[in-house]
Amino acid sequence: MFEILLKQRLNPTVTKMVIHAPFVARKAEPGQFIIFRAHEDSERVPLTIADYDREAGTVTIIYQIVGGSTMELNAMEAGESLCDFVGPLGVATHTEGLRKVAVVGGGVGCAIAYPVTKKLHDLGCEVHAIVGFRNADLVILEEEFAAASDKLFLMTDDGSRGEKGLVTAALEKLILEGNQYDEVIAIGPLVMMKFVSLLTKKYGVRTTVSMNPIMIDGTGMCGGCRLTVGGETKFACVDGPDFDGHLVDFDEAIKRASMYAEFERHAREAACNLMNREVQ
Amino acid sequence: MAVKKNMDLKKCPMPSQDPMVRNRNFDEVALGYTLEMAVGEARRCLSCPKKPCVSACPVQIDIPAFIERVANEDIEGAYAILSASSALPAVCGRVCPQESQCEGKCVRGVKGESVAIGRLERFVADWHREHSGQLPVKPAQNGHKVAVIGAGPSGLTCAGDLAKLGYAVTVFEALHVAGGVLVYGIPEFRLPKEIVRREIEGLKAMGVEILTNMVIGKVLTIDELFEDMGYEAVYIASGAGLPRFMGIPGESLKGVYSANEYLTRINLMKAYREGSKTPIMKSRCVAVVGGGNVAMDAARSAKRLGADEVYIVYRRGMAELPARAEEVEHAIEEGIIFKTLTNPTQVLGDENGFVRGMTCVEMELGEPDSSGRRRPVVKEGSEFTLDVDTMIMSIGTSPNPLIRSTTPGLETNRWGCIVTNGDDGLTSREGVYAGGDAVTGAATVILAMGAGKNAAKAIDAYIKSK
Repeated sequence: MFEILLKQRLNPTVTKMVIHAPFVARKAEPGQFIIFRAHEDSERVPLTIADYDREAGTVTIIYQIVGGSTMELNAMEAGESLCDFVGPLGVATHTEGLRKVAVVGGGVGCAIAYPVTKKLHDLGCEVHAIVGFRNADLVILEEEFAAASDKLFLMTDDGSRGEKGLVTAALEKLILEGNQYDEVIAIGPLVMMKFVSLLTKKYGVRTTVSMNPIMIDGTGMCGGCRLTVGGETKFACVDGPDFDGHLVDFDEAIKRASMYAEFERHAREAACNLMNREVQ
Repeated sequence: MAVKKNMDLKKCPMPSQDPMVRNRNFDEVALGYTLEMAVGEARRCLSCPKKPCVSACPVQIDIPAFIERVANEDIEGAYAILSASSALPAVCGRVCPQESQCEGKCVRGVKGESVAIGRLERFVADWHREHSGQLPVKPAQNGHKVAVIGAGPSGLTCAGDLAKLGYAVTVFEALHVAGGVLVYGIPEFRLPKEIVRREIEGLKAMGVEILTNMVIGKVLTIDELFEDMGYEAVYIASGAGLPRFMGIPGESLKGVYSANEYLTRINLMKAYREGSKTPIMKSRCVAVVGGGNVAMDAARSAKRLGADEVYIVYRRGMAELPARAEEVEHAIEEGIIFKTLTNPTQVLGDENGFVRGMTCVEMELGEPDSSGRRRPVVKEGSEFTLDVDTMIMSIGTSPNPLIRSTTPGLETNRWGCIVTNGDDGLTSREGVYAGGDAVTGAATVILAMGAGKNAAKAIDAYIKSK
């Protein structure tokens, strides 16, 4: 069992949990993910690792409440334990030898963009962090990004915080100002990663994206997380989750991500109803 | 005690659920022999001196001896003989391809049908579970530690055999539950999970430690198992790995599954149960591409989930189907439609990216290829469209890269399977043994168990010689 040591609400829909998982913490690296099951009858859900502390034996996860499984997780409190917590899975983000990088995070994807930002910063790489949110209420990890980057550009869709506009606009401006990045690392919604990749392709800047398709086992068995990358079938769980953004077939990935949209909607409603009943 | 032989030319038929009832539920198809049926069937065994059945058994069960006990109504005695050779008799009695192993060599099969060895094995194991239920006792410990990677049939067999010899065995399992393909792959209607769970309880009672959520190659490497954790030998039984796809257009459409994913959702994650949290497509027409046991399991599961039409699409003929004969018979009885000598060329999608059909070509069998089987060739102008909304690819797997990529000096072949020196499973690394699908590519439960058994013997000899 894996105890929840801390639970902290970061914004109305995003929560951070620190989990006691010493085996996972020992090896975790930025870019890798875990799979958790809240209870004995729960789904296996992949989440990218947001932080880790090898000495304390803890792993931090940050999740957005989107469906039945994350609601179930969010119903748990510090002191309770998750049924399963397995990892670190996937290949760590490549960080060696990079001198100047732009990290682009979107929404809850910033939770995953943060550990790689920190690692690059610790390695002495010059890091420009561009983080985007829909509005001021949804901003997370602002201080952490500020501390782990050389320059932080905070964008909101409605201009209620930071600069108004999309992360792609900020990135393009930086490129046009003459910033030469060894690499752009983009982590966020599929649509955001698609447009960052289209932009950087235009300017010939190598780009890594972190894919999070539907997964079951996450260990290289079921094949559900397959993506088309450069015309080849790749599996996010063992070949990724990082891929060359210029080669990923985003349109296909966006379609596949909606496979169970209807089921998820029902599951979410069922979970809501259950919670409402409990409240009453 | 001499008993009168039963000279009936036919096996005692297996009582089963009616096909048109069972294709709507996930309860076990075969209901099992009664004591009377088992004793009668056991008396068909001639106890012939050459015992050809034993030599055809990958785990070398003393078949005539256990059958003789059944004939004498000593079922516990029969169980003792079975369990001396097999860690999972209730499983093997259900899923072994007996027709090409023990029963295929039975002298009664020369004139008539072979003795129903598999059904008797199942009867004995079930009888023991239901009437005795006694768990094995933990043997005296010899002070040596062995790590087994993967709690599937191969790993569990190896662990059981080593535990019997007094080793402290730890099995590292990647998933949240032990059993491997027995729990995520083979469906409930062919192998109830309660039976797997009970067999695993037996191993635990013998002292086998099973750690779930441990993905070796990620959370720990093989080298760490030796250096940091003090294991003296490692047996890798990590299974078959990632599913293959055909590489035809449309395979990423919504509604195209690998058989692994489809079956994992249903079996491991219980998507067949009302109120399950794991989603699965509610399909109308399903095409399963492939002709092995896994394809039969996927097709029969799809039918049970309520599909109107389920097709097996296979590029060779009925005679070439690699699945067990019994699985093919059961599938036909349940209304699965076999489109053999047919090969898909494209999956067709609707405007929302869901599968709406697939185009296929008809095949004919040409000259034998390197495998000795006649090579299927496309019949010119035979293209047609099959109306399906779900497609399940069951055309094999390629090995999981997690262990080979993190174990320096572990030799693999050009397909990525671990290379072993032959029967005992020794790899290119000292003290590291491997077996099952990780070595052979996708094969059967019993072959994986046989490999686990041989490796256990070799590991025992290796540690004793140190």
